[in-house]
Amino acid sequence: MSDGLQSPWRIMGHYLCLLVLATLCLLPIWVMITTSFKDEITIFDGKPIWLMFAPTLDNYSYIMGRGKFDRYLTNSVIVASVSTFLTLFLGGLCAYALARAEFRGRRFVANATLLIRMVPPAVLAVPAFAMVIFFNISNDLMVLIFFYTALNLPFAIWLLFGFYKQIPVELEEAAIVDDASALQVFFRVLLPLMKSGYAVAGIFTFRIAWNEFILALLLTGRNSRTLPVAASGFLTDTGVEWGRIMAMGTLIVIPPLLFTFFAARQIISGMTAGAVKG
Amino acid sequence: MNSTGTDIADEEYTGRDYRKVTPYLFIAPAIFVMVAGLAYPVVQSMYLSFYDWKIGTPLDTAESVGWANYARLFSDPDVWESLWVTVRFGFWTISIEMVLGISLALLLEKPIRGASIFRTISILPLMVSPVVVGLIWRYLFDARVGWINFYLDAWFGIGPQVWLGDAELAFFAIVLTDIWQWTPFIFIIVIAGLQALPSEVLEASTIDGANWWQQVFFVKLPMISSILVIALLMRLIDVFRALEVMYIMTGGGPGRATELISLHIYNRAFDAQLLGYASAIAVLLIALVFILSSAILMIGNPMKDKADV
Repeated sequence: MSDGLQSPWRIMGHYLCLLVLATLCLLPIWVMITTSFKDEITIFDGKPIWLMFAPTLDNYSYIMGRGKFDRYLTNSVIVASVSTFLTLFLGGLCAYALARAEFRGRRFVANATLLIRMVPPAVLAVPAFAMVIFFNISNDLMVLIFFYTALNLPFAIWLLFGFYKQIPVELEEAAIVDDASALQVFFRVLLPLMKSGYAVAGIFTFRIAWNEFILALLLTGRNSRTLPVAASGFLTDTGVEWGRIMAMGTLIVIPPLLFTFFAARQIISGMTAGAVKG
Repeated sequence: MNSTGTDIADEEYTGRDYRKVTPYLFIAPAIFVMVAGLAYPVVQSMYLSFYDWKIGTPLDTAESVGWANYARLFSDPDVWESLWVTVRFGFWTISIEMVLGISLALLLEKPIRGASIFRTISILPLMVSPVVVGLIWRYLFDARVGWINFYLDAWFGIGPQVWLGDAELAFFAIVLTDIWQWTPFIFIIVIAGLQALPSEVLEASTIDGANWWQQVFFVKLPMISSILVIALLMRLIDVFRALEVMYIMTGGGPGRATELISLHIYNRAFDAQLLGYASAIAVLLIALVFILSSAILMIGNPMKDKADV
């Protein structure tokens, strides 16, 4: 490999490795999607069928027809998008100040943000529960939005900070010479340049809020459940209905899959931002 | 901010004051949310850990018990067993993920036509919701209809195993699931690190006659060692945070065989309904994660590095 030797065998071996890797990654997801289109008899036969089965939409019509599905879907969409918007808005302002301004306590804020990022969700569970009881909060979705925003802010600030650092200060200085205010500089000059940064941060934030389970399980009631909580509900129903569970799982996975296929490079850059200095 | 103070604000503040206050206005909302949503719960955990609080009773009637929860914690075999499960889980998953991820990255680092499609596919497991990961693998490991039992029987003649009902097998199952989901993370990070290496150094070592193995062990891996350590620490922290996949697959059982520390806290709080005691264990967890996070900060705080450039 080091001498640039590119024998056909080596290239074939390379592709073979990639193929095996891709298959292993895809296999469980493939199983989920196909199972969601199988009827109960095919599933309970216990014999794996990869492709050749009579597809049915029964599982989907069942879970969607159970009355509350629309509600759960709406809850998930609201919680994920509102908390993403808040995270990007508040996190963007904070990252901008950290990247550009010199002020007392700047270094402390930067370090504390990184430390607090690691707080385990299990630690939040009891205090969040206590908070809901203490304030007697009835709007569970607001509580979820609040905690998801808090959970996502440190990482978003960290990512956006890196993106702001890449924008040359001269651009802002030119705007200031033209008498622009701080807010004008932020919205007119910087935001357009920060599109890809906000896209990366937005994808990560949305994904975490969309996928989160344990706080949602704890803090939501019958009407405020999100999709992951609803999916786990199928486990405790009479017997495990794999077809329906997999249909639910498939629906939950759609947005993350779309992100992956349309923004893989941005996602990878976000994942590596923490370990590899750009 | 870099305001010159030529706007109306000038009449109330001098330009200097204005510049001093603005950054704080920008960071204040985010700081408020993080303090209220992350820092305050940590403090609240510490406070609650000195009380005996049960679900369904108002917090103000909770009885103060002093250090009793901590005394109980240090002599509670269940807590130590769950910590031991966490450590064993972390050891097996992280070492296998590191070896697999680094090997794959070294094998596949060379840019090749179509590689980006494969890289896209390889991050899919990371994007799938932990709940869904748990559901999929619970199905695959199912004793009656699971695919794993079917192929073990068809290919190796091994009879059906009750994967999630046996302590050893269930532990193996959650380790395998974690490896499936997280090996791509190591792979992606290491490949990014390898591709960022300066090509002159690699060329120099080639000219000096280093073979592929020597180049890997004496040049490439040492040069990305800080990346490897950060990836390892990030995974370690994740192990202390993990609970959703196990919650779905096994609920922590059988016994406490798959009850990682985060899940243990959750079960103690909401299953056993011991909120105060669970908070004491949470404080222990916070301390562990704090130590690990500080290690990452010491190795390389990305914000500090970039700020100093």
